[in-house]
Order: sequence, then C-alpha cells, then structure tokens
Amino acid sequence: MIHSLFLINSSGDIFLEKHWKSVVSRSVCDYFFEAQERATEAENVPPVIPTPHHYLLSVYRHKIFFVAVIQTEVPPLFVIEFLHRVVDTFQDYFGVCSEPVIKDNVVVVYEVLEEMLDNGFPLATESNILKELIKPPTILRTVVNTITGSTNVGDQLPTGQLSVVPWRRTGVKYTNNEAYFDVIEEIDAIIDKSGSTITAEIQGVIDACVKLTGMPDLTLSFMNPRLLDDVSFHPCVRFKRWESERTLSFIPADGSFRLLSYHVSAQNLVAIPVYVKHNISFRDSSSLGRFEITVGPKQTMGKTIEGVMVTSQMPKGVLNMSLTPSQGTHTFDPVTKMLSWDVGKINPQKLPSLKGTMSLQAGASKPDENPTINLQFKIQQLAISGLKVNRLDMYGEKYKPFKGIKYMTKAGKFQVRT
Amino acid sequence: MSSNSFAYNEQSGGGEATELGQEATSTISPSGAFGLFSSDLKKNEDLKQMLESNKDSAKLDAMKRIVGMIAKGKNASELFPAVVKNVASKNIEIKKLVYVYLVRYAEEQQDLALLSISTFQRALKDPNQLIRASALRVLSSIRVPIIVPIMMLAIKEASADLSPYVRKNAAHAIQKLYSLDPEQKEMLIEVIEKLLKDKSTLVAGSVVMAFEEVCPDRIDLIHKNYRKLCNLLVDVEEWGQVVIIHMLTRYARTQFVSPWKEDDGLEDNEKNFYESDDEQKEKTDKRKKTYAMDPDHRLLIRNTKPLLQSRNAAVVMAVAQLYWHIAPKSETGIISKSVVRLLRSNREVQYIVLQNIATMSIQRKGMFEPYLKSFYVRSTDPTMIKTLKCYNFLTYVKSQDKQFAAATIQTIGRCATNISEVTDTCLNGLVCLLSNRDEIVVAESVVVIKKLLQMQPAQHGEIIKHMAKLLDSITVPVARASILWLIGENCERVPKIAPDVLRKMAKSFTSEDDLVKLQILNLGAKLYLTNSKQTKLLTQYILNLGKYDQNYDIRDRTRFIRQLIVPNEKSGALSKYAKKIFLAQKPAPLLESPFKDRDHFQLGTLSHTLNAKATGYLELSNWPEVAPDPSVRNVEVIELAKEWTPAGKAKKENSAKKFYSESEEEEDSSDSSSDSESGSGSESGEQGESGEEGDSSEDSSEDSSSGQESESGKFPSKNILWYIPQEKEKKTKQDRNPLTKDVSLLDLDDFNPVSTPVALPTPALSPSLIADLEGLNLSTSSSVISVSTPVFVPMKTHVLLHRMSGKGLAANYYFPRQPCIFGDKMVSVQITLNNTTDQKIENIHIGEKKLPIGMQMHVFNPIDSLEPEGSITVSMGIDFCDSTQTASFQLCTKDDCFNVNIQPPVGELLLPVAMSEKDFKKEQGKLTGMNETSAVIIAAPQNFTPSTILQKVVNVANVGAVPSGQDNIQRFAAKTVHSGSLMLVTVELKEGSTAQLIINTEKTVIGSVLLRELKPVLSQG
Repeated sequence: MIHSLFLINSSGDIFLEKHWKSVVSRSVCDYFFEAQERATEAENVPPVIPTPHHYLLSVYRHKIFFVAVIQTEVPPLFVIEFLHRVVDTFQDYFGVCSEPVIKDNVVVVYEVLEEMLDNGFPLATESNILKELIKPPTILRTVVNTITGSTNVGDQLPTGQLSVVPWRRTGVKYTNNEAYFDVIEEIDAIIDKSGSTITAEIQGVIDACVKLTGMPDLTLSFMNPRLLDDVSFHPCVRFKRWESERTLSFIPADGSFRLLSYHVSAQNLVAIPVYVKHNISFRDSSSLGRFEITVGPKQTMGKTIEGVMVTSQMPKGVLNMSLTPSQGTHTFDPVTKMLSWDVGKINPQKLPSLKGTMSLQAGASKPDENPTINLQFKIQQLAISGLKVNRLDMYGEKYKPFKGIKYMTKAGKFQVRT
Repeated sequence: MSSNSFAYNEQSGGGEATELGQEATSTISPSGAFGLFSSDLKKNEDLKQMLESNKDSAKLDAMKRIVGMIAKGKNASELFPAVVKNVASKNIEIKKLVYVYLVRYAEEQQDLALLSISTFQRALKDPNQLIRASALRVLSSIRVPIIVPIMMLAIKEASADLSPYVRKNAAHAIQKLYSLDPEQKEMLIEVIEKLLKDKSTLVAGSVVMAFEEVCPDRIDLIHKNYRKLCNLLVDVEEWGQVVIIHMLTRYARTQFVSPWKEDDGLEDNEKNFYESDDEQKEKTDKRKKTYAMDPDHRLLIRNTKPLLQSRNAAVVMAVAQLYWHIAPKSETGIISKSVVRLLRSNREVQYIVLQNIATMSIQRKGMFEPYLKSFYVRSTDPTMIKTLKCYNFLTYVKSQDKQFAAATIQTIGRCATNISEVTDTCLNGLVCLLSNRDEIVVAESVVVIKKLLQMQPAQHGEIIKHMAKLLDSITVPVARASILWLIGENCERVPKIAPDVLRKMAKSFTSEDDLVKLQILNLGAKLYLTNSKQTKLLTQYILNLGKYDQNYDIRDRTRFIRQLIVPNEKSGALSKYAKKIFLAQKPAPLLESPFKDRDHFQLGTLSHTLNAKATGYLELSNWPEVAPDPSVRNVEVIELAKEWTPAGKAKKENSAKKFYSESEEEEDSSDSSSDSESGSGSESGEQGESGEEGDSSEDSSEDSSSGQESESGKFPSKNILWYIPQEKEKKTKQDRNPLTKDVSLLDLDDFNPVSTPVALPTPALSPSLIADLEGLNLSTSSSVISVSTPVFVPMKTHVLLHRMSGKGLAANYYFPRQPCIFGDKMVSVQITLNNTTDQKIENIHIGEKKLPIGMQMHVFNPIDSLEPEGSITVSMGIDFCDSTQTASFQLCTKDDCFNVNIQPPVGELLLPVAMSEKDFKKEQGKLTGMNETSAVIIAAPQNFTPSTILQKVVNVANVGAVPSGQDNIQRFAAKTVHSGSLMLVTVELKEGSTAQLIINTEKTVIGSVLLRELKPVLSQG
C-alpha cells in the first residue's frame, strides 16, 4: 500500500520522509515538483500523479504537501483519506500542524507514523489508541520525563486496540462528568444578482466533547429527526437504532470527536439569514468605478449576526479602491486584488455599508463580470435548519452527568454574484 | 548527504567534541571489530559516544537525534553498529527508536542486522502482546533474505497467537515476507488460509489485504469465509472495510450471475431501500420466476449498505463501487446521495469522487440528476475541481479563469451534440461568445462550433458569415484554422465570402501559423474546384507561396494539391476525382467525454483515476453465465438456516420439530434450545426456554453433529427436519439405561472411538458461542470453557469393599464421568452394592466420614434393605478439592461399620471441555513455563494412530478431544472439577516412533500426576 511519505513545504523542500517498505529515493518527488510548477497554484496540483514506477498521491493542508508514494493499485481515496487522518492526528497531538511544529517534534511524529502504518497498511488510526501508545508532548510531561527518566511511549497494548469499542479506553475517570454537544451548521449558498437563491444547502455537524467516567451508553434524540436528509456517523453510533428509531445511540469516544455530520435536504427551503445589497459598476472608458455594498439581516429568528466578513476578488483591472465603511475595517491588496471587509456585528437599526470608488487601469476595457462577494458570518444559539435536540439519556453508569447543547450557524461557501 | 550530516553534528555537538574525542579512543575500541567503518569514526562520534554510555537518557537523546537525521533523509547508516547494540534496551522508547532505525537501514547492513535477530526471537515469546507484535513487525520489516526461514517460522507462530493484535501483525508480515521472497508463496497461502478463518474483526482487514497481495486468484479460499466476512464487515475497522469490500466485489463478480438482465430500471425499486428487509425479500421473490438473486449476493449488498453512512470517504466510495458493479441496476440509486455527500469533503476527495461520478453519469444518465445543484461551481473551487464540475455552463463562461471557461465551452459542445433539443440554444450561446474579447474563449467556441456545424451544416450560413468576419480579429491559430476549414467545407453556401476570405489569407499567408497555412491551402484547393473562375489565380499564388515555405509539411501539401487540382498532362486519372476527394462529406465528429473510456476500470481504483492500468490492478471479471456452485460457501448448516430462512419459515420449522418431539417429553428442552441456535441465534429469550428443563448439556449431541467447525456438520438445511428426530430415537433407546434419571447420558451412543476420532463434544450453548456462530465474535478473549459430554466412560470398577471384609456386603465403585448433580464441584461416583450373603442386609448407609480439610461428600440416601443376591447402584458426589487424596468414610449396615476409602484416579478429577483449536492455543499460551510439564514417549508406530491415542487418553482421563488441524498433533482439554482450572493435554507425534506429551495446567500437581499416568499408558503396546 503506502510505500513512503514525504512532507513538502510550500517552498518545495522535503522536510520529512518516512518509509514503510524499502526506501524510495526522494528523487521521486521531482515528478511532484514538475506537476507543482505546472499547476500555478498549490491547490491545483493534481492529487494523483503517475510516474514511471510509482504513483504519487498528495493532499495539501496547512501549507504542507503530504505526498504518499505507492507502487500498486490501491483505491486512491483510501490513501487520501489516510493522509488526511495523519494530518488530523498531528493536529490533535500538537495543536497545530505546521512545518516548525513537525520539525520540533520529529521524534514523536516518527513514532506516531510508525504506529499508524505497518507495511503501508493502517494499523492504528484512532487517536485514542495512539495517544495511549505515544503520549502527546506537553511541557509538564517533558519536565517529568527528564527528571524521572520515564518515557512517552506506552509499553502496554492499548485496551482499545482489542476491544469492540476501539474509540474508548477502559477505566476512564473524571471528577466532573460532562457531555457537551455542539450543533454547528454551515450554510452554503449561491445568491444571484437579483438576490434570489440559486442554490442553498445546509451541512451540519454535531461535535461532542464527552468527559464521562466508565462506559456510559448515551442516547441522543431529536425533536425533528426527519429533517436530516443524509447523515454520516462516527463509528460509535449504532446504525440500526438510527434506522429504526432515528435516535443516536452510542458509547461515546473519550474526549472530543465528531459524532455526526448531516445534510439537510435541499427540498426544505433554506432560510438565508443575510442579504447583500450591492451596486458595483464599471464603465468603459472611465478610470473610476462605483462600489457600494450593504449587508443586512434577513431571516435570523431574532438572533444577532456576528463575525461578518466580506471578501471579494476584484477584477485585474482594478488598481486601487478608496472606500469608507460605516463600521469595521477594510483592506484592499492591490497585488492579489483581494478586498476584505471585517464588518463584525450587524446592527439591524444601522446597517453596515461600504461605499467608495475604484480606480481602474487607464485604457483597459471593462471586465467581463462583476466580482463575486464571499460572505462569512456566525449566528450563535441558532441552528438555521431548525434542528433541535430533544433529550440526552445516559445508561450504564450511575452518576448524573452535566449535559450541555450549543447551537451555532456559520456561513460555509456563501457567495453573492453581482 | 554525508557532508550534510557532518555539518549537522558539527553544529549540534561541536562543544563537546574535544572531550568526547578523548574518551572515544578508549571506549570505541571494543567496537573496533567493525573496522569497516573506522574511516567514518570521526563523524557522529558524539552520537556513538552517547549510545555507548550507560545512561538511558543519553542513549535516548542520541537515538532521537538519529531519528531526526533519518527523517530529514540524511544518511545515518554508519552508526549502525552502535545503534544495533541497543536493540535489547530495557527502555521502551529507546527500543522503539532502535526499531525505527533498524527497519530503515537493515537492508543496507545485512550482516550487522543479523545481530539483532536473536533479540526479536526472544521478544516474540514475550508475555506482553505489544512487545510480541512489535518484535514481529520489526523482524518482518528487516529486509534481509537470510532470515526468511526465521520470518516464516515467526509468522506461523504469530498466526496462532492468542492476541488478535499479534495475529493482525502476522497478516501484515505475510505481505512483507512475500515481497522479500515470493518463493514462500505456498507456505504463506497456508497461513493466509488459516488467518482467513479468524473471527476477530481486527484481523479480517489485514488478512484480506495479504490475500489480495499474495494470492488474489485463490478465490476458493474465500468461499468458506464469505458469509463471515459479510457479517463481520460492519465491525471491521474502516481501512479493513475498504479492502474487504473491494475484494468481495471481485468475488461477487465471479460467483454470482448478473442481476442486471432482468432489470428494466424499475423506478419503484428505488423505494426498496426504505422498506424493511422482509419486504425487500418479498419483492425479490416476486421476480424470482425470471431471476433469483443468490442469497449470498443479497447478503453482501445488504450488509454493505450501512457503510454508506461511514465518515470515511474511502469506505463510502468502496460501497458505491460495489453497488455499481454488483447490485441490480435499480438499486444503485441509493449510492448517489452518499457519493454526492463526499463532494463536501476535501478537494482531493472531491477530485476523485467527481471522476467517479463522471463515469457513472455517462453510463446511467439521470442518476445524479436530483443532485445537480451540488455540482454548481463555486468561484473558490480549484481549477481542477471546476473542470470536473462543468454543468451550469454559460454562467461560468464569463468566469475569469479562462482555462476553466474553455473547458466549459467544450462541455457545452458535448452537451449540444448529445441532447439535440438544446443544440440551438448552445449554438446561440456560443455565437454570443464569439464576440467575447477573450481570445481563448472565442477560439474554443469556434472549435466547438466547427464541430457542431459539421453535424448540421445546412442552416447555418449566417454563423459562417459571422465567423468569416471574425477572422480579422482572431489570432489564435486553431480558431483561424477552424474557421477556414468551415468556410472551405461550406464554400458553396457562402459563394461571395469565400473568395474574399481567400484573398485576405493570401495576403497574410507568410505570417500565418503552419496550421493556418495548411487550411489556407485546403481552402484554396476547394475553391479552385468549385469556383475556379474567381479563384484560379489566387490559388496558384498561394500554391507558389507554399512551395517555398520553410515547413516541409506545407511544401508537401502544396505539391500534392498542385498535382491533384491543376490539370496537366501527367496527372490524368486522379484529378478527375479531385473534387470528390476534397469535397467529400466528412462524417461529423463524435464529441466524446474524456471520461467515456474509463468505465472499464473498476470504480474507485487508482487505475480508474489515472485512466491507465496501474501495477497490480485486478480486473473485474464479467459476470459468469452460470453461477458456480453456491454450496461452496456453506460453512455449516446451522448458520445457513439462521441467515437465510425468513422469520416465518423458521417458525414453521420450529413447530415441525415440536411435532416430532411430542413423543418424548424430555426431548422438548433440547429441541427448543437447538432451535434457538438455528432460529435466530441472537434471541436469548429462547435460550431461557431451553433452560426450563434445567440441563443444557442434553443437546450437546445435536451440537456435536451440527455445531460450528465440526467436520461432520455438512448437510443441506432441509435435513434438519429429519435429522433431529433420528437423534431422538437414539435417545429413546438410551433412556432405558437405568443409571440416568436426572442426568442424561444419552450421548454415549454417539460415541464410537475408532471411527470418529473427532466425535467432538461440543459445549452446551454459551452466549459467546452463539456469537461465534453468528460470526460476530469480537475478539474478546473470553475463552470458551464449557463442559461437554465425556468422550468415553470406562467401565472399570474399583473395589470399595470386598465381600470378605464386608461380611458379605460387597461394594464397587466407578466414575460415570458425569457432572455431579449434587454440586458442581463434586465428582460423581456410582457405587454398586451387592449382597452376597443369604440374608437381607438392612439400613445401608454412610457413617462417619474422615475427610481431609475442604473435602466434601454428598452421601446417598440410606438403603433400607438389600435382598440376598440383590444389588443396587447409588450415586454420590465427592468434592476431592482437585487432589488425589483419599476420601475415607464408613459404610455401615444395621450391624456393622466398615472403613472404606475412595482414592480417585487423577483422570477422574476432570471434566471434559469443548474448545476450538484456536481457543486451545490461546489458553495454552497462557499456561506456559512452570505450568507446563512434558515428557517424551517412545512406542511402536501403530500405537500412534490418532484413534489409539484418543482411546488411551480418554481411558485414563476424562478429557475432551479438540479438533486439530494437524494430523500429528492431538489435543485434549478438560477442566478440574473443583476449581475449573484448565487441563490441556497435547500429544505431538514426532519422527522415529516418539511422541511429545505436553500438559498445561495451573494445577501443576495434578498435571504431573496425570503426565505420569498417561506416559506408561501411551507407551504400552
């Protein structure tokens, strides 16, 4: 399966290599660099590159290319999914996944990679298990280790590895037993010029942070489970119960994990919480263009819209912009032509707006298309789909846990065409 | 490279270099044996120094730095001798890092690597499974050909390890060994075969991976495990799922007939998935007349469905391709939703998924229609994703990403050709695009229009005119060439424009691109033929220009055309046909998707993504015309009945059995319990029912014939009906046996020691066994220790009281080898009392007991009187506390008391247990060291036939036979009556009429006594 892994930073240096079978020379990456050169942007590097003897499968995350070298037929998604899992694990271990962090923790990284794959086939990918095998570095532990000479490496096989519930270890103990669930919904939408919705859909996830003693068995039920059109579960969720009762029954993983991701059916009308009024005009034979946008709340169920951020890729012909926002700050990068406006909260009484002029390249003709506006926002205490958790029950343990549910709506890929 | 590492050390260890250097000379000398490296001694000296130090912390630091070097790709091989010494380090982190190092460099330093082997061999026996596993991992990762035999041995051993984790590693090691030495294939296949039988979900994925790598063509190995794999699938870890699903897809394509023929795309079948399985069954039944899906085929499809909900994109895609390739066409619909869901994932996932969607939607249009919106392109998507998303066309044409726009236009073209209704719309849209200022867009449009017009040239004179005008402004050669070609083809429809165009072109001929020049020549020739009056001169001028062109293609073409069209003496025949040659109707090109030809690759594979066969790609075979024999998958009948009998039918069977059993009320219980096994297996409620009669060991005879892994258990499911009654007949016969009132001894009749050496006693139903039967054993180490019926009951009696000393009362006892009814820690003893006097003996009872501490005894009820010459048998129970101490007591009559004692043979302190070979080995692995006693037996070979050994062993001890996979090893298992400790007996035949007798037990005393007793028996002739 996976022969080798190379980590390549954005400037094209291989800063880590790991081989699970015979060593593959790093010169194999030359093919990758070639492809990288051809694909002007990092994002455009094809994930699968065939070379005469190998195939290079890569993912690009946190400005690092994770290039896996494989030799034989293998489902590409298998490798890609695994590479993403590697990145997730690093993030889990070190908080961030960046070149300096990986370099600093190269030994832990190596040990983790060694455990994750054996002969190129995944061995342990549950972070719960990995963390028992190789403890994540913390300052305290480093200090303790230097004094006591103990190590970061566990010498017992993690219980999870053998159990039916590999995501949970036995003998978990907490003084405060708590279970928090965050229902986070992202709304993806394309709004056309006139303000009508071309496409809108809601993707939601329920992230859980469960710190419960022992082996609790939880049941989470919804007020309106029919809303969920398409779901994918953490392996802990019992599929049969969902099929028959539409409740989530599971023995939770220890700590933070994504319990469920779902999609709200497109049939249901998606409420669009914001609107953008825009007036952007270029004129031929004029070196000035007008630019004006206003953002306002639409269907927010009485909640405030926060963290509003407007970005737009301006056409190449725009040299500079002189704009005045009614609130927040704005920047325009004349090199990348990226306009961004950090709006903050929307006050329905006084709608935020950004007005001004654009100076255009003299003589250049009017751009084909007005720029698209990308919007980001957050609404606390609201799940825009209307999904509501009914109750959470715990079985199998005696104590009373503290339970909490939080809702949040965010903009996903929210675009307004102008 | 090396200078790099040198620099690295300079910088990191420079400070200490001087003082370390001095020490180095003294301490390094022992390692001077590795003189080879002396030249490198200077480098990395500090590291070596640290590795040699006594402090773990220093070693650890050194190892960490070395691993850092490896990670950076720097060469650290010269440190090999220093590092390899630490392989036996107690510190686990050092050890692990040494492992990392070894795996990396062992290939380069084979001789030195051998030094470490013994350490691993030792670690392979470590009680800690993690250590065993990692030792195996490293040992198998050291790619040194010399150790192949050692690896083979280690793999074999590990594949029988008790820990599923170690077995999983063994499965991985198989692939490593195979790649190192393909000649081991046959042996490895054996191991794979063994591991395929493993019920642990942990092992399943890895062994299937090994299977795919080593012997993907040995599909016959899968048969027996097919259902188990299907059932386990949901519980296997996600990576294993992917591999198994891909393998099963291939399997299904070879083993089942195509479900596609009878399918006419019934829409209502889509609803199937929201119906329960039963309804689905009905539906399938309805269609049965024409095509009946193999139930195993259905099983696979049904069991993979939940995995569409997996969080792992690879799993979802694997299921999708499975549905695509093997499910009835009407059912593939459900995958689209899940596949579309994957589009919200990372860009790399999107890329692969979209490619697969493209293939799917080409073949089955409309499959993704409801999700069209999901394919809308966002301006933030990377180009490659966009290219794949070409749907909502015209909006995107304006996009600033021109490359993408061009791709969009091509797609429009394809769309237009495929869907004739929209052709006009598309064409209009494209013509609008012609006025676009961007050249690439225009050029692309022209090319596409050219292709479109070629298909229906008649009506589009206007467009051609428009394009002719554009010729002035367009500079992209391909577009210009296209326009010229179009005009040439349609020169009769635009008689005025064509010559004018030619005139313009003649003017600019020299500055045109080669591609355009060729088309100018073509246009000239065509015009010359149709309209020679106006264009004769022009054409000749162009031909002259072409004659002196730099490009030989153009010169050739010029010469060719001149000869063809300009009439002269020599070129008689051909020029007549010149017009036909040039103005022949050209067939319209087919605008094909680049994804068209991918469909012959299995979806979701690398080959599919690359549209080229990748190394190791396994072709999906076509459906077989006739399904191969489905019975090869029958593992055991009970499982079959359980899985494939719909609930209703099972009930019927149930009542049928009841009917038979009415004749014998006692059998009821055994019946219903066997039902619970064959019925649903998971309903513990029925189990309770079976418990009504209290004794679950009764049904063991049935189990033994039909239970799992029993080799006798292969008969078609319908036979259950008659099989069980027959069983009962036997029982009825036995019921006449006066000994058994409460305890059924009926099973004895089944016993035939010679002909069926593995008439194995199977356990009473234990929940874990039921799980086993379902194939859902979840690798928990709960061993199955359940008492089974004795294989053999020796009728040997012992004298308790001789008639001479008993004043006419004689007492003999023997051990019926039954679980004692008086207490489960007691051994049953049957005492037969005989009155040899000519008078009645009255009030026979047990008097004073003198038992050692802890020993208990359940006495028989006093016997009022025993007639002269009469005899009576009573049973009693004695708890011997697992010792061979004597139980002394008084046997009293009305007048006398006789001191008697019973000393149990050690073999009678046991109860046979049934366990599988795997469990046996697992347990044996726990009972090593001082718990193991062994002896070598020498005897004539004829005494070493399996049946004689079995006979001899069971004669001495009440043990149960364990089915053995190897001919030369026989295993017996029992537990001690009092403490329930396992007693495992292994007889392994060696060469030269010797055999090794091994006994593993916690009760070492009993173990050694048993060994002593067995040894002479076995060596006797």
